[in-house]
Amino acid sequence: MSLAFTLPDTDGNPTPLHVDGARAAVVVFTCNHCPYALAWHDRLQAVARDYADRGVRFLQINPNDGAKYPRDSFEAMKARVDAGEFASPYLHDATQEVARAWGAKTTPHVFVTDATGVVYEGAPDADHNDPSLNAGWLRAALDDVLAGRPVANPSTTPVGCSVKWK
Amino acid sequence: MEVELLYWEGCPSHPQALADLRAALGPDVPVTVRAIESEEQAIAERFPGSPTIRVDGADLFPSDDPPALTCRVYRLADGRFSPTPDPGLLREALSGVR
Repeated sequence: MSLAFTLPDTDGNPTPLHVDGARAAVVVFTCNHCPYALAWHDRLQAVARDYADRGVRFLQINPNDGAKYPRDSFEAMKARVDAGEFASPYLHDATQEVARAWGAKTTPHVFVTDATGVVYEGAPDADHNDPSLNAGWLRAALDDVLAGRPVANPSTTPVGCSVKWK
Repeated sequence: MEVELLYWEGCPSHPQALADLRAALGPDVPVTVRAIESEEQAIAERFPGSPTIRVDGADLFPSDDPPALTCRVYRLADGRFSPTPDPGLLREALSGVR
């Protein structure tokens, strides 16, 4: 199954994975209600900002069932974006098809892609409770991609709340 | 004093919460650990998320959240989000009910 997608952001704008000129893309499955996603949130926004001018596309996707989990509703997503909490587009996977295609297990679950496909998947770093780790696993993967090297540590175990499937 | 830790298996935070709780209570206070396994049980138990710690039936960190099979959001003493209670705040809350 293709990993390409186009999903709406919180203003309803169709937002594709691929854009011309991007050297890599980060896709983070995340949400509003999960303490792990919230604990790692600021570190992930810092990565989005730090790599924005280095050709890295950064997309965050909420895959959760907003009917069962109202904090993950589209309206709740929009409120957080309007409050300035996101440094990159926050996309709504209402059908959960993208999350299923990517094999998202938790929020957060981080993926890095380049022209060859997924080159890193897992957690942002080793401990949600230690901000000093600075999403180091994700940053190391991006640094490898941008340097043209194979990603040294291509897979870690994602840690967080299970994706809330319909 | 009857201490309970209620958890939902879909949230990975309960082993840490149990370790913190046992460290705060010491070896002489038993902890009853119970799994919440269905939405019906979450409603019946007024379970606002995992982990939930109760002392003599009262939530140690009262919450207005509706019952749900979900991870519970706590705040650490410095304001950061966490899936488990701040160990210092946990000790403080326990000392308040002892």
